[in-house]
Amino acid sequence: MKLVLKIWRQQNGNSEGKIVDYMLDDVSPDMSFLEMLDVLNEKLIAKNEEPVAFDHDCREGICGACSLIINGVPHGPEKATTTCQLHMRKFNDGEEIVIEPWRASAFPVIKDLVVDRSSFDRIIQKGGFITANTGNAQDGNTLPISKIDADASMDAAACIGCGACVAACKNGSASLFVAAKLSHLGLLPQGQPERGSRVLAMVMQMDEEGFGSCTNTYDCEAACPKEISVKNIARMNRDFFKASLFGV
Amino acid sequence: MITLDSKIPSGPVTEKWDKHRAEMKLINPANKRKYTLIVVGTGLAGSAAAASLAELGYNVECFTFHDSPRRAHSIAAQGGINAAKNYQNDGDSIWRLFYDTVKGGDFRAREANVYRLAQVSVNIIDQCVAQGVPFAREYGGYLANRSFGGAQVSRTFYAKGQTGQQLLLGAYSALSRQIGAGTVKMHNRKEMLDLVLVEGHARGIVTRDLVSGKIESFAADAVILATGGYANVFYLSTNAKACNVTSIYRAHKKGAGFANPCYTQIHPTCIPVSGDHQSKLTLMSESLRNDGRIWVPKAKGDKRPADQIPESERDYYLERKYPSFGNLSPRDIASRAAKEACDDGRGVGPGGYGVYLDFADSIHRLSEETIAERYGNLFEMYERITGENPYKSPMRIYPAPHYTMGGLWVDYNLMSTIPGLHVLGEANFSDHGANRLGASALMQGLGDGYFVIPYTIGHYLASEKTAKVTTDHPEFKKAEQEATAQTQRLLNINGKRSTNSFHRELGLLMWDKCGMARTEQSLKEALKRIPELREEFWRDVKVTGVGEELNQSLEHAGRVADFLEFAELLCYDALEREESCGGHFRSEYQTEDGEALRNDEKFCHAAVWEYAGSNNKPIRHKEELTFDNVHLATRSYK
Repeated sequence: MKLVLKIWRQQNGNSEGKIVDYMLDDVSPDMSFLEMLDVLNEKLIAKNEEPVAFDHDCREGICGACSLIINGVPHGPEKATTTCQLHMRKFNDGEEIVIEPWRASAFPVIKDLVVDRSSFDRIIQKGGFITANTGNAQDGNTLPISKIDADASMDAAACIGCGACVAACKNGSASLFVAAKLSHLGLLPQGQPERGSRVLAMVMQMDEEGFGSCTNTYDCEAACPKEISVKNIARMNRDFFKASLFGV
Repeated sequence: MITLDSKIPSGPVTEKWDKHRAEMKLINPANKRKYTLIVVGTGLAGSAAAASLAELGYNVECFTFHDSPRRAHSIAAQGGINAAKNYQNDGDSIWRLFYDTVKGGDFRAREANVYRLAQVSVNIIDQCVAQGVPFAREYGGYLANRSFGGAQVSRTFYAKGQTGQQLLLGAYSALSRQIGAGTVKMHNRKEMLDLVLVEGHARGIVTRDLVSGKIESFAADAVILATGGYANVFYLSTNAKACNVTSIYRAHKKGAGFANPCYTQIHPTCIPVSGDHQSKLTLMSESLRNDGRIWVPKAKGDKRPADQIPESERDYYLERKYPSFGNLSPRDIASRAAKEACDDGRGVGPGGYGVYLDFADSIHRLSEETIAERYGNLFEMYERITGENPYKSPMRIYPAPHYTMGGLWVDYNLMSTIPGLHVLGEANFSDHGANRLGASALMQGLGDGYFVIPYTIGHYLASEKTAKVTTDHPEFKKAEQEATAQTQRLLNINGKRSTNSFHRELGLLMWDKCGMARTEQSLKEALKRIPELREEFWRDVKVTGVGEELNQSLEHAGRVADFLEFAELLCYDALEREESCGGHFRSEYQTEDGEALRNDEKFCHAAVWEYAGSNNKPIRHKEELTFDNVHLATRSYK
């Protein structure tokens, strides 16, 4: 396959970036998208140019490190698939592919396609946990949890923290990310004691980090590689109102 | 000269840990805040340790080279975590988990450590449930279990096919709580480049800030490494791209003994290589072997599609050779059997390096829906990577490097041969012997982090009472200068070959000469080639960019430079261990029917290597292993 790549290059957070064109002509359809970028980078190094910086690690769709807006879509065209699991057989010979970093003010660019997502960590640090010191626990089976609740909690807990929801949202809202964590914990009996204080603390931090508000356009759900449902946002809003009006 | 004192408590194996806990020294809660501890790595072991130590009141400085602690590669573990809960009433017990693990490790692990691991396994599940880990449940609301390789009981707890993710997010949430509370200072995107010793004790580390390029020092009262394994020495492995040996290897160069580097686990069920562009291999969880049947055609060179090969012409070789464990035979055995079938010309798929993992019978017996419920996400992943639908045609799988049982030598307290340097999880060598059983890595990482180090580190600090040091100490300055010089040296070479091409060449060499099967000759060939390749690297590598900003080429070059030294150590260890055991298979030492042939008389020990300077052969020491409870026997899964 031959490809025309239009890639965002930016030296660092303080410099201006721009789209640079690269031609690549020996791409195999069995390559993953990131392997295709590896090939490009090898060519750039051979020409004594700096390779394109991008975040990645596990390359099996679970660590959440990879990102990239591919032809305007976070993680590219394939539904429920991270960039690292996207394969070139999904593209056509001769295609032009535009590759950009996540675009959101709460995710500043560090270099090229690498952004700073530490705002997500800070939201979790405010309340995305159950307070249970090591050694506190009772036997795991003393607390039966219905399979339905456990499965629903697991569906929300599947979030990989990649930030595609934010990149997809016209408001740059982190609502789906925050709501997924709140549902994961809020659907379990262990999560009840802190349910109210948790939602207040996490939503407040989300606002402080400069994420936008949710206006229910559902782009986040469409972009989510783990298919986290927007129903979680409704649950977050309900919990937030309840805690705000009636206390935690 | 290193000395090996394993500090195993006296008494029966069932009572050692309780006795030790009763005897260890404690630090008063008000005094804990006077101590600073460094934790490097935020996988299961690192996050669990950092969180638990901070909860106790210590000041913790925690480091990861990722952008967030949640990215550590523990997150990719799929199948599950073992625990001797016996919730299934199927005959499990702490003793049986201990027995299975010692036997599974081919009698090359330390009994006392393994027994403790089996003991704390039950606490791990409880702790994870309390944190909100959404384990799979039965309809009655109780915890569900599945079976895993090397065991005849059902003791594996799981969260869909994402158990590692959920356990890591549990530990990450506990860690995040402490970061929020200010008891852990988290350093993201900082890579450890060296260990700093003051008067023979581990007192700090030197790091490079991956964004600014700044080289910095951090001082502490003790250092804990939980930096994972070294399977990326093979280049192609199931490890994440950034996994590396740097932290433990640099500690090794500072005096920490490296134990059993030749024990590398090749996982039987991975998606086969598809071409030269391949950057990593993807694991298909071992849990698939619960319902999938492994086979190859009986005839050599049979190129018919799977559905056109009749039942009578298929060889379900694991079921045939190991009738009692069948498709759930341990990993080393299943991997070698696959290699044997392919070497025999009966492999399937392009290149002939693959075997079938077939779900047709299970789909027929249980329905496609049930199989989708159990393994849906894995089937989707397989289809995304290969473009083939495993509900319709069998998966093709082949073994790939996955886990490394070797690591820094530690005593019963998880302390290395350097006083104050503690090593947890995959980075140490202690619990899995020569082969790790499935679902035991998560157990060990969390066991070390939650339930062992919080006890043993207090004992160390209370016993040693070392004087405070700061980063102004000349040893820190010296280590900083060395780290800066190495970075500059890499940038100045300006040769012709990329770092990746060297890594690829090293990996291929290791896979060919020191992979699933090794011989004296192949190892000697590797030992000849590695120093040449290393010399080429330092003469001809091209690292672009500068040191003062984000430079992924530079990061990779530093890691490959260490792999190029470490690979030699691995081969020395494989060469000198003249026996076959677990993940170490020397072709010269096998039984008539091709099984691993141990030599207990000469090699019932852990080999611990001492660094002897660059270009000098490292020195081999021994920790003799005794088996008082699980008696030495030929491992049989027939």
